[in-house]
Amino acid sequence: MDRTTIDLWVGVFVALGVAALLGLAMKVGNLTSANLGPTYSVSAAFENVGSLKPNAPVKSAGVVVGRVDSINFDGLKFEAIVKINIDQRYKFPKDTFANIYTAGLLGEQYIGLEAGGDEDTLKNGDRIAKTQDAIVLEKMISQFLFSKASETKADNAEPIPASTAKLSDKKTAGKTLELGDPGF
Amino acid sequence: MIKLLVIAIGRVLRGLGTRMIERVWRLGAGARLFFLTIFYSGESFRRFHLVMREIYFTGVMSLLIIIVSAFFVGMVLALQGYNTLQKYGSSEAIGVLVALSLVRELGPVVTALLFAGRAGTAITAEIGLMKTTEQLSAMEMMAVSPIARVVAPRFWAGVISMPILASLFSMVGILGGYLVAVPLIGVDQGAFWSQMQANVDFRLDIVDGLIKSLVFGVACTMIALFEGFDAPPTAEGVSRATTRTVVISSLTVLGLDFVLTSFMLAV
Repeated sequence: MDRTTIDLWVGVFVALGVAALLGLAMKVGNLTSANLGPTYSVSAAFENVGSLKPNAPVKSAGVVVGRVDSINFDGLKFEAIVKINIDQRYKFPKDTFANIYTAGLLGEQYIGLEAGGDEDTLKNGDRIAKTQDAIVLEKMISQFLFSKASETKADNAEPIPASTAKLSDKKTAGKTLELGDPGF
Repeated sequence: MIKLLVIAIGRVLRGLGTRMIERVWRLGAGARLFFLTIFYSGESFRRFHLVMREIYFTGVMSLLIIIVSAFFVGMVLALQGYNTLQKYGSSEAIGVLVALSLVRELGPVVTALLFAGRAGTAITAEIGLMKTTEQLSAMEMMAVSPIARVVAPRFWAGVISMPILASLFSMVGILGGYLVAVPLIGVDQGAFWSQMQANVDFRLDIVDGLIKSLVFGVACTMIALFEGFDAPPTAEGVSRATTRTVVISSLTVLGLDFVLTSFMLAV
């Protein structure tokens, strides 16, 4: 076969390959959307991080502004220290709130930043003071049950002692009967 | 009686030993051919049209089978994935399913298997026949190294073609999955692409898939070349070598895939 024809076909082949790779990178992959520029690093202490993982998104107003870098355990205070990298384009006030949220019902966990009102901004190596832990389902259910139980107690503050009194009356009555039986 | 038994066991063990030594010898010979190929690569790059010719025969001629099978694989993935995902009410995740399974696994692996069948056998048969008809010896007589002239261009053609074919396979497969999922089944097309983009990572998924296909390219081409180079110079020898190329390449690809995947997921 002619050498120029072969060159042409190989050129077409390589071009197709490069186009496919570009398509994968741009249309399928996250090369365009989740591209963080230079970042600065801040840390935050949580009592419970739930199932937060390194590389989880850090969002503010729903927009990804950074990524979780590492999660370590502080053996002295028994807290989790989460290091996050935030894009340098975004400056956050010093009193920014860091919360751990869950995307959807069963989704992954991410850190939500809610900006405060301070004029100073967070700098590299700073620590976010105000944090809110991940919600643990068991904890929430037990809290709910406790509060429900105390509510019912408060609502039926009067009737409950009365009914118990009646109950005890019956019991004592029964007992006396029983006790009295042999006597009859 | 006992003597006979000892002799029989000895014969079995000797057969096992012979086979083992032969296997190790072939492995060594293959490794030697690999290093010689790398060593002579410079000469084949200086005459790059040789590599171009081989890219044409191994890569461009494999385009049809790769594209058609990728299209069907993608469509089947979308159908099967939808069938299961809709039970959990998450049929929008079908894009993620199709993209991740193609980019991470099916793209590199199925391409390598098809490549071994389409191009690997051709390489083995060609080189085996060159050896049978003493063309390789004739080259040596003319002081042309057959490794530089015949083996190295085919090796580099295979190594260059494989990642290109694998990324084409993934892209065409995803398009096939799109065609089934969006116009045919009626999954929302925005959810299809956006969920895919949110869950496919360029470095961890796409680049790892490319690394896999590169490794498979080296393995498949090298096995095909070695089998051809090592084939007994008879019609039967060449036919056996061709069969062995397909069997060994496929098993090697699947085994290597497990090893590479476990390394990639462990990081």
